[in-house]
Amino acid sequence: MNQRQWVRVTPCESIPLREGRAVTLGGRQIAIFNLGDRFLATDNQCPHRGGPLCDGIVAGDSVVCPLHAWKVRLDTGAVERPAAPDTCVATYATRIDDGILLLALPNRKSPITNHK
Amino acid sequence: MKRLVVVGNGMAGMACVEQILKYAPRFDITVFGDETHVNYNRVLLSSVLAGEKTADDIVINPLEWYQKHGIHLRAGVRIVDVDSGAQTVTGDDGSVTAYDVLLLATGSSAWFPRIEGLDKDGVFAFRTLDDTRELMRRAGPQTKAIVIGGGLLGLEAARGLQVQGCQVTVVHLMPTLMERQLDPDGGAYLLGKMEDLGIKVLLGRTTTAVLGNGHVEGVALSDDTCLEADLVVVAAGIRPNVDLACKAGLHVNRGIVVNDHMETSLPDVYAVGECIEHRGVCYGLVAPLFEQGKVLAATITGNKGPAYMGTVQAAKLKIMGVDVFSAGDWSEQNAEPVRYEDRALGVYKKLTIRDGRLAGVILVGDTTDSHRYMEWLRTSADLSDQRRQLLFPPPAADAGLDAAEMADSATVCGCVGVTKGAIIQAIHDRGVNTLSQLKECTRASTGCGSCTGMCQDLLRAVAPEFEEEARKVICGCLPFAEDRLRDILRSQRLKSVYDVLEIYGNGQGCEVCKPALSYMLDMLWCGDHDEDRSARFINDRVHANIQKDGTFSVIPRIRGGVTSAAELRKIADVADKYQVPMVKITGSQRIDLLGVKKEDLPKIWADLDMPSGQAYTKGVRMVKTCIGTDFCRFGTQDSTSAGVELERRFEQLFTPHKVKMAAVGCPRNCAEATVKDIGLVGQEGGWQVVVGGAAGKSVRKADLLTTVETTEEALQAAELFFQYYRENANYLERTYDFVERTGIEKVRKDTVYAPEPVRQGLRDRFARSKARSVDAWLEGRQPRTASQFVPIQALQKVLA
Repeated sequence: MNQRQWVRVTPCESIPLREGRAVTLGGRQIAIFNLGDRFLATDNQCPHRGGPLCDGIVAGDSVVCPLHAWKVRLDTGAVERPAAPDTCVATYATRIDDGILLLALPNRKSPITNHK
Repeated sequence: MKRLVVVGNGMAGMACVEQILKYAPRFDITVFGDETHVNYNRVLLSSVLAGEKTADDIVINPLEWYQKHGIHLRAGVRIVDVDSGAQTVTGDDGSVTAYDVLLLATGSSAWFPRIEGLDKDGVFAFRTLDDTRELMRRAGPQTKAIVIGGGLLGLEAARGLQVQGCQVTVVHLMPTLMERQLDPDGGAYLLGKMEDLGIKVLLGRTTTAVLGNGHVEGVALSDDTCLEADLVVVAAGIRPNVDLACKAGLHVNRGIVVNDHMETSLPDVYAVGECIEHRGVCYGLVAPLFEQGKVLAATITGNKGPAYMGTVQAAKLKIMGVDVFSAGDWSEQNAEPVRYEDRALGVYKKLTIRDGRLAGVILVGDTTDSHRYMEWLRTSADLSDQRRQLLFPPPAADAGLDAAEMADSATVCGCVGVTKGAIIQAIHDRGVNTLSQLKECTRASTGCGSCTGMCQDLLRAVAPEFEEEARKVICGCLPFAEDRLRDILRSQRLKSVYDVLEIYGNGQGCEVCKPALSYMLDMLWCGDHDEDRSARFINDRVHANIQKDGTFSVIPRIRGGVTSAAELRKIADVADKYQVPMVKITGSQRIDLLGVKKEDLPKIWADLDMPSGQAYTKGVRMVKTCIGTDFCRFGTQDSTSAGVELERRFEQLFTPHKVKMAAVGCPRNCAEATVKDIGLVGQEGGWQVVVGGAAGKSVRKADLLTTVETTEEALQAAELFFQYYRENANYLERTYDFVERTGIEKVRKDTVYAPEPVRQGLRDRFARSKARSVDAWLEGRQPRTASQFVPIQALQKVLA
């Protein structure tokens, strides 16, 4: 039974290289990052004080929140800095289909799965 | 007094003369050199070509040195004949000079292979300062350069030309680059790095002809292809200059044959440097020359005793960011290889061990341990009890261990020839305490810089008051102090943040170095660089200050804090239209609209129709003013006009950290100019220009920069300081820290009291930056990307 659905979001070019952009899908605000060789997606809210991760600076495979410089891994959702082992953001699988970026969203009423 | 004639004014000859001078004055010395320059460091020509040093930087013995020691220098005169019977030399100017003792230091010349067309205009060797100047003159973005020879010199020439803008291809006969110093694996790593830099390399090919009608137009290669070319540099090897020695009747093989005391086959004739052959070896690197010079000096002054035994040759590639070191015999015949490779980091290390001792070493990508290996080679150290730690030496428990183990005679700085003993002497006798002083005193560490660590170790161990100069490094992504990084960016002509990270950093960068590099490139190139918004903070991507809830603050420019009813009405209307949650008057005498959504920014800017107040960035903020002579009873100067003009002149420019200014009409200082980065304080008869003040996180009273009579002079003084701050402060260093660190005397010396060319340079670069600066809010009409302000609309809707 499929726990999630693939949603067509946007053409790849609408997200500049090494930047993030936010999109609202099904009531969630999701930040999508273009890392060149792949796209990674997380919830847009920083687990610290809800800052917009899509506006952060990309550092390797992480993003640094523009509000208070929390560093979040884009592949696992884990908080890299400061050390906060029980905090993380949700991540979403992405794929590209003919130049269009797709996100995997959990179905309605499904729990959010964290891809660690 | 005996007459000593030295033929050759190069590094080996003059290093030898310096040693000779240490013995009791016995000679009347005349030096002939066919170049018209004083003795300069030929090894550093690569740095000159690469724009890292100037010709003045590499002079070793200036004219004063010759004069001080009573040496007759005949520069520009080539000696064309020697009569060893009559003991005379004949110059190409017809002069005949008698000698009692002759020293040949004729060096070597670039070897030109037998190829058709090498006589065309545009073909160069890379031996002399004149070669270098000519290459720099001809190099440029449209120039295609071919370098024949992929050895040390060829690769350094290639990089230098490339930094000057040329498209460069290296053509190398062998299948491995630098095959005399590297094995095929090491060569492959080096090839990767050269290609990363953007230099094309063709291996296993030779040039068969240089083509063109009188001047270079192309080259033909042995694989039957042709390449377009405007410039050809021949770096295919060197040959000792032995013609003169032959004419004198000396025993000559490949080079002038000398014994262990540097004597030739004729009495009273000696030879040193690249022109000699000792025990069958001809040397093409610099360190051996210094050792030879010392032995020769002893012999020639009648103190024959020390013997020259040959030198372990060590080669170091002098290309910034490409570390290559090779020494000894690294072939794996009859030796055990010990290897380490890290492909991702581009590191390759190989040691060869024979009979429990180091025979040879190759280091590519990480040469930090080169001194340790040289010491092992020099001393033939028995490595049996260190067998497990050859490639990963344990950290020395005592930081001075390495330095303490070195003999006084060991060479610390190979480029300039400075021994440990010389450094210790400088510390004890001349009171040298810091690295800068050591550099000035002994010139150690002014070449390729790879001995800097060792020099600091010695200072730390020996100098009673050693102070490690705190060099500010930006972050772990880039292992360079900021001022060095500025030099690198400037000399290597780097214009993009990601190029810098790729070549000199970890390839990724972080939230600290990316904005810092963005600023540096903008400043160095006066706005003419490849800006990448992904390397900038969000405020600079959307030109507004991000607030705690992800909304933004909008502060339009209100110069000098002077507005008008019409302007206020416009701002009020905009605040209503966009239902701005808070309208606030700021401490900077302007108005803030708070709580604006990102997607509304372009529309608000369009409706305001006012330029950006740049209140959100590391740049020029505002100029506060007090009323001044416009209305105030006490005003001595028109501070409102001066302030408005000051803001107009400086606005839109970026700085290491925010710059806040003020102009006041009298010392009552109602706009607090004395706690601003730049303040204009009016007084009877003129202005005081003050700098480096603050009243925020830190409180500091500004220092007086200068006192002037007219407003225009005040504005110009401010401009000099402002540009000086932009160019010399570290990123995120406010003027109050910068002026405190530098000292106001030095600030004045480098700005308002500097010589006119220096001041003009600051003005020019300021003007160029200003000419390229723009009002950031104009971007609202044409966003860089469709999604810069407006969130992405998903193609497919999903129900919540």
